[in-house]
Amino acid sequence: MSQKYTITEHKFDAIVVGAGGAGLRATMGLATKGLKTACVTKVFPTRSHTVAAQGGMSASLGNMGEDNWRWHMYDTIKGSDWLGDQDAIEYMCREAVPSVIELEHFGVPFSRTEDGKIYQRPFGGMTTNFGEGTAQRTCAAADRTGHAILHTLYQQSLKHDASFFIEYFAIDLVMVDGECKGVLAWNLADGTLHLFRGHAVILATGGYGRAYFSCTSAHTCTGDGNAMVLRAGLPLQDMEFVQFHPTGIYGAGCLITEGVRGEGGFLTNAKGERFMERYAPNAKDLASRDVVSRSMTIEIREGRGVGEEADHIHLHLEHLGADVINKRLPGIAESAEIFAGVDVAKEPIPVLPTVHYNMGGIPTNYHGEVVNKVGDDPDKVVPGLFAIGEAACVSVHGANRLGSNSLLDLIVFGRAVADRCAELIKPDTKHSELPAGVMDQSLANLDATRHAKGAIKTAELRLEMQKIMQNNAAVFRTGEVLQEGCDKISACAAKIGDVHVSDESMVWNTDLVETLELQNLMLQAKVTMFSAENRKESRGAHAREDFPDRNDDEWMKHTLAYINDQGEVTFEYRPVHMYTLTDECEVIPPKQRVY
Amino acid sequence: MAEFRLPKNSRIKKGQHFAASGGGNTTTFKVYRWSPDDGENPRTDTYEVDLDQCGPMVLDALIKIKDEMDATLTFRRSCREGICGSCAMNINGTNTLACTTSIKQFKGKQISVYPLPHMEVIKDLVPDLTHFYAQYASIKPWMQTDSVPLPDKERLQSIEDREKLDGLYECILCACCQTSCPSYWWNGDRYLGPAVLLQSYRWLVDSRDEYTGERLEDLEDPFKVYRCHTIMNCANTCPKGLNPGKAIGEIKKMIAQRHAL
Repeated sequence: MSQKYTITEHKFDAIVVGAGGAGLRATMGLATKGLKTACVTKVFPTRSHTVAAQGGMSASLGNMGEDNWRWHMYDTIKGSDWLGDQDAIEYMCREAVPSVIELEHFGVPFSRTEDGKIYQRPFGGMTTNFGEGTAQRTCAAADRTGHAILHTLYQQSLKHDASFFIEYFAIDLVMVDGECKGVLAWNLADGTLHLFRGHAVILATGGYGRAYFSCTSAHTCTGDGNAMVLRAGLPLQDMEFVQFHPTGIYGAGCLITEGVRGEGGFLTNAKGERFMERYAPNAKDLASRDVVSRSMTIEIREGRGVGEEADHIHLHLEHLGADVINKRLPGIAESAEIFAGVDVAKEPIPVLPTVHYNMGGIPTNYHGEVVNKVGDDPDKVVPGLFAIGEAACVSVHGANRLGSNSLLDLIVFGRAVADRCAELIKPDTKHSELPAGVMDQSLANLDATRHAKGAIKTAELRLEMQKIMQNNAAVFRTGEVLQEGCDKISACAAKIGDVHVSDESMVWNTDLVETLELQNLMLQAKVTMFSAENRKESRGAHAREDFPDRNDDEWMKHTLAYINDQGEVTFEYRPVHMYTLTDECEVIPPKQRVY
Repeated sequence: MAEFRLPKNSRIKKGQHFAASGGGNTTTFKVYRWSPDDGENPRTDTYEVDLDQCGPMVLDALIKIKDEMDATLTFRRSCREGICGSCAMNINGTNTLACTTSIKQFKGKQISVYPLPHMEVIKDLVPDLTHFYAQYASIKPWMQTDSVPLPDKERLQSIEDREKLDGLYECILCACCQTSCPSYWWNGDRYLGPAVLLQSYRWLVDSRDEYTGERLEDLEDPFKVYRCHTIMNCANTCPKGLNPGKAIGEIKKMIAQRHAL
């Protein structure tokens, strides 16, 4: 097989796969540290899905009133429903402040307060004084914060000396005796294959929202790094936790930021009632996302949805006035008009809980080093392999991520991984010889898929998978529906060998790209469904109607899901880190989670 | 009058026709096709799309074509909500984003879809944007300062100063304006073009940046800025409603004022 395809080898100190917020921050950091760095990405950096983040990035700057990183830490732990690792959460919330200041110094065009500081808005689940008041903690550039940050990071990486390999599709990790040695990628522009050797391979490949039928995620959010990890025999962690954003535009699925509710917007049902007051008497519309999405789903289920089919909810911002809309929310005014035909100054936006974020992913420690459970050691580092951003499960988000903690996660851990690599790697260290045939399986799959002449169209099988995920791993789950989901997704996954690829070329063959992406999505869909069936409790985004309560005795632990070549899913577990990094804060013990 | 024809191997031929499978509410999409692999001329394929079974945007139709009729059709797409800039293409003569262009506005008439004009085509609707990106990098689109900010504090910027960036920082680098500019078509090798100059101006007016003089000096050249002849296709076509032409005018003013000093 290796004779059929010529592979160009590149030697670097570190390889970053993906060029969203996390990947770019890591790339920039590695280059600054003097490591020879390559960033391999399937889309041009500013087209990565970080660009679509709207509301902002949390950090306890205290620009709008008193704030404290310990309060942020408390909120994040409570938001995670006590599945987050508290050492990592401490690290993230402490590092939030220097991270956002650094971004401002890079030139991010943040909105400003009267005294010229970074503007901060309220967001769901963000409180002061350990749950007492409402915090204004989310640093915003109008409602285009992700765009502003991503473009600035790309600009910074132009300034620094990193090599970009743009529109290269990463195919597989190159693993030798449990160590990561590089990554195999395909250059779409000329159809050639490339082996990127690195002493560190950093996966910053994002989430896999496209496993679902309706999601806020871009078409390119196919979790390629997650799938590469599964194929390498390593586990993914907490994949049952899929966040439904309360306000995706009904029909189109495009995101409407939680910042709308942060700025004073609210949800109503068919009776015009502000129903969140019943479900979350204190936080109301600014309860955490899992809570709001469940409340909306109950309203619709009990017949109080709006519209002809009574199948969605209204989001109001008419009362905010033109000034707030134009200054703080211009982007969503535009989106609502284009995708819902709504003038937000006059009428509500039709919205529905929509798949938005994967709390689960590649297990790592707070340095971004990938870990696996080996024997009695639940934190065994996989040499040479790192993961950051939505692809990773550090775990700082646990069972439910708070809004604006994602941009934060990208920057903090993008930076952390660069620092860690600088500690571990001496620039220009020699690369070991690779054993023969180490990429054979990957090349064989590429070739077989390229010439696949089965009976099912890629798009048809993808749709089948997406519908199964949408129906059987939704906001509310039961054992019966999940069991059916496992059977259906297994049957669906088994058909992947029978797909049909029409385009056999190598230059910009998006038929083949989409089919490889479908292989990736399918693995993740399967472990998601099986992990959800396996976890017999309700926690954060995982709401089991047959097990409505959180069960800390049995289930305060991370799921590790593995999948073998025969497609069998198996589980291991890692304990939740119930300890802090320093003695400057205290462990937050589990308690009932009410908003 | 002299008549010009494209060279033989560039002439666009009539391609395949794909009939709709479904009901009567169909619209015809005429789509530019070219593959680097087969040595053939470019062609236009026609696809009849059943709009009752299709999303509202041109991108939805292209995806439907790729999913159900012809998987070889090649185009870039990602966010599908007008923020990533991937699906920039020429739709019925206008450069725009396929994902925010509604099919309905064309009132059932045939919709022709071509790659962004005057760029080298890699395949079908995918143009080569390498030169555009290099031009963007050439203006040093990052914050340049000599002063060192306090490490734990943001630089201050007034609300008024921050407002000067509105209408500039929102650019998504889709290249719609760049490739709509006749002056860029002629002098794209040396003229920076509207998208890149919009970003130049974004940094020129950022109150935090300290290299305004150097930036203006870098732009002083007969080609980089002054090939803008205020044709204003850029402002007409920008899918984000920005006005690069105005920004270029402001740059020219800044250069003139600098000389007057």
